[in-house]
Amino acid sequence: MDDPLFWHRLQFGFTATFHYIFPQLTMGLALLVVVMKLAALRGGGAAWDDAARFWTRILGLGFALGVVTGIPMEFQFGTNWAAFSRTTGGVIGQTLAMEGLFAFFLESTLLGLLLFGERRLGPRRHFVVACGLLLGSWLSAYFIVTTNAFMQHPVGHALAADGSYQVGDLAAFLLNPWALVQVLHNQCGAVVSGAFCVASVGAFWTLRGEHADVARVSLRTGVIAGLVASMLVAFPTGHWQGRMVAAHQPVALAAMEGRFESGPRAPLAVIGQPDVANRTLDNPVRLPALLSWIAYGDFSADVAGLDAFAEDVWPTNVELLYYAFHVMVGLGTLFIALMGLATLQLLRRRLATTRPLLWVLALAFPFPFIANTAGWMTAEFGRQPWLVYGLLRTADGASPTVHAGATVFTTLGFAGLYFVLGVLFLALVGREVALGPHGHAAHSAPDASAHAEDA
Amino acid sequence: METIWFGISAFVLTMYVVLDGFDFGAGALHLFVARDDRARRQVLSAIGPFWDGNEVWLLAGGGVLFLAFPAVLASVLSGFYLAIMLVLWVLVLRGIALEFRSHLADRMWRAFWDGTFWIASTLAPVLFGAALGNLVRGVPLDADGWFALPLFASWTTTGELGILDWYTVLTGVLALVAIVHHGALFLAWKTDGVVRARSLVAARVAFPVLVLLWIAVSAATEVVVPGWFDALLSRPVAWAGAVLLVAGLVVSARARATGRDRAAFLGSCAFLLGALGATAAALHPVLVRAAGDASRSFTVENAAADPASLAAGLRWWPAGCVLALGYFALLFRLHRGKIALDDVDD
Repeated sequence: MDDPLFWHRLQFGFTATFHYIFPQLTMGLALLVVVMKLAALRGGGAAWDDAARFWTRILGLGFALGVVTGIPMEFQFGTNWAAFSRTTGGVIGQTLAMEGLFAFFLESTLLGLLLFGERRLGPRRHFVVACGLLLGSWLSAYFIVTTNAFMQHPVGHALAADGSYQVGDLAAFLLNPWALVQVLHNQCGAVVSGAFCVASVGAFWTLRGEHADVARVSLRTGVIAGLVASMLVAFPTGHWQGRMVAAHQPVALAAMEGRFESGPRAPLAVIGQPDVANRTLDNPVRLPALLSWIAYGDFSADVAGLDAFAEDVWPTNVELLYYAFHVMVGLGTLFIALMGLATLQLLRRRLATTRPLLWVLALAFPFPFIANTAGWMTAEFGRQPWLVYGLLRTADGASPTVHAGATVFTTLGFAGLYFVLGVLFLALVGREVALGPHGHAAHSAPDASAHAEDA
Repeated sequence: METIWFGISAFVLTMYVVLDGFDFGAGALHLFVARDDRARRQVLSAIGPFWDGNEVWLLAGGGVLFLAFPAVLASVLSGFYLAIMLVLWVLVLRGIALEFRSHLADRMWRAFWDGTFWIASTLAPVLFGAALGNLVRGVPLDADGWFALPLFASWTTTGELGILDWYTVLTGVLALVAIVHHGALFLAWKTDGVVRARSLVAARVAFPVLVLLWIAVSAATEVVVPGWFDALLSRPVAWAGAVLLVAGLVVSARARATGRDRAAFLGSCAFLLGALGATAAALHPVLVRAAGDASRSFTVENAAADPASLAAGLRWWPAGCVLALGYFALLFRLHRGKIALDDVDD
């Protein structure tokens, strides 16, 4: 209870995890709404417009939660990680400031127009607004992932005389190869989350025999986008990400795989329980030599185990890192299988009548959120014990004057506040789903679009 | 170059106060100037297109400080840890209240979020005003540039320091009154009928209080920070700020009395711009005053990031700022004119 570092990590991890539920949903939905609006513009029929309107309403709710839970994140760098902020602000302050200037202003301007401006703007300009919002939200992801990439694989920096890190080469920092790979992997993951939600609601309405047209286009969009994105998450983006970890964080790779001993022809552990005390992987199921190929493109390559590294650079929680990684990969594989099956049925025009599959689709929507969370846990636990890889230890980054008691108190406060927000969000989204695409909720309050027509 | 970034920081945070200020003020007033659901929705429609973007100026300000003066950001946010967390929770609740209210037509649901929105909109300006008061008064920076302050201690500016003392409470109240005045003039500009009439009354009542409090805080600042007026007088930018401030007050009062709603609101904008500009100019080159040992103060020289980082930032910041100002010009143009009560949907 009295270790401030533990509570800082718990608090930041919790608020970041809860926050990211919403951006992954809205970044995914933003793309799918653009697709639906495009289909409508190209004469696909009214169902596409109705679906786009419904999902825009859900997008609006998700955005609201993403915005309000995102505000604390920006300030928690300073409140909880003051030493880190002071040491690296010259570098990561660049991308954090860029996010506000280039992404948030764009998003905040366009969101109101997307939600309330369709009648006034007309279909074409409204489509452009949707594309702009997609651009803004994905730009925001790029800036945040680039910030994180500096912590994972610092490049483009220079050490100043006072011990702080400053911009050495802005272009190198912005084009960090880790960031480019991770942002692609991450955005594909966000589309999976969005696609599963769209497919889930489509399946739900189909099972209930409601809103047949909108259910059909939602199901179709969700299933196809879900399959494409699930495959892209694994290959090539996940594969590139794995190569990146192998090249720059070999000790994290060893821990992710529960690999305690180095050697050539490294197998891939599909299942097993790492036993760190005895340095073994219990009850493993292994695919021979596959890890060597994944990491280095060569079945006989040497892959370092944890034994090749001093224990003070091992990730601090090997077990959690191992399980997080395997949960991510396992779920990702299941997503491809599920959406592959659903696409097959869709092509055979039997999806709407395959009720067991519809049940699975309707209930599957939480799992991409779990997989995305597990993926970020893999990245962040794999980065330990470093805050900035190889440069600054996590233990040296926390705020020196903040007492553990204060952090426990505010962590509990966040937990309570976010619990209420989560319940309200689910209730409001559930209500929209129950009302369906045509049951207009009372959306009158911030509607300033009507008056501007008179002005 | 450090001074350029000092100016940018002051500019962004002033933009935040001027822009988000009007929706905070509207939120602090709406329970009183809009008595039924339809009028409430008229108020919310007036600020609806803007508030989210207005709040981005706070994030942009955080970003600028992070980039240019990371030591200040780190020290201040961690030193005021609990107070900052309170502010963050208030901002979370406020955003949620605005977004969730419209989703159910239920009376109690809406009354609950109206109340939440009012409390959050009233509390935040007081906290922000007190925060500015703390920066002017000084905080107990140690040799490494860190500090931690309790919420309150001796309530004096010379004994054991707390975030709240008589001076910072005074600056907090001044901020609330200034923001209420600002929000009232915004609502008068953007609404019609009863809401406009009541907002004008609110502005008329707030105006003399604002002038008196402003004089009181100015005098108190000279007591708390001896030499404050000398610093103001020796800086031309502070002179410009003072002129803008007085002109803004005069214009806002005269335009309000003669029914020129937009001019009155712009006068209030000028007042806030002038007041914050003069404060920033008087503080320069100090960013955070150290209570006691003045050599520990954060200044533009000792708190700035390396020139390489500052130069890198200057390569893209101006373009981003022009874009942001363009979005706002677009928003105000798209949503020009008044929200008429008759236009609010049933």
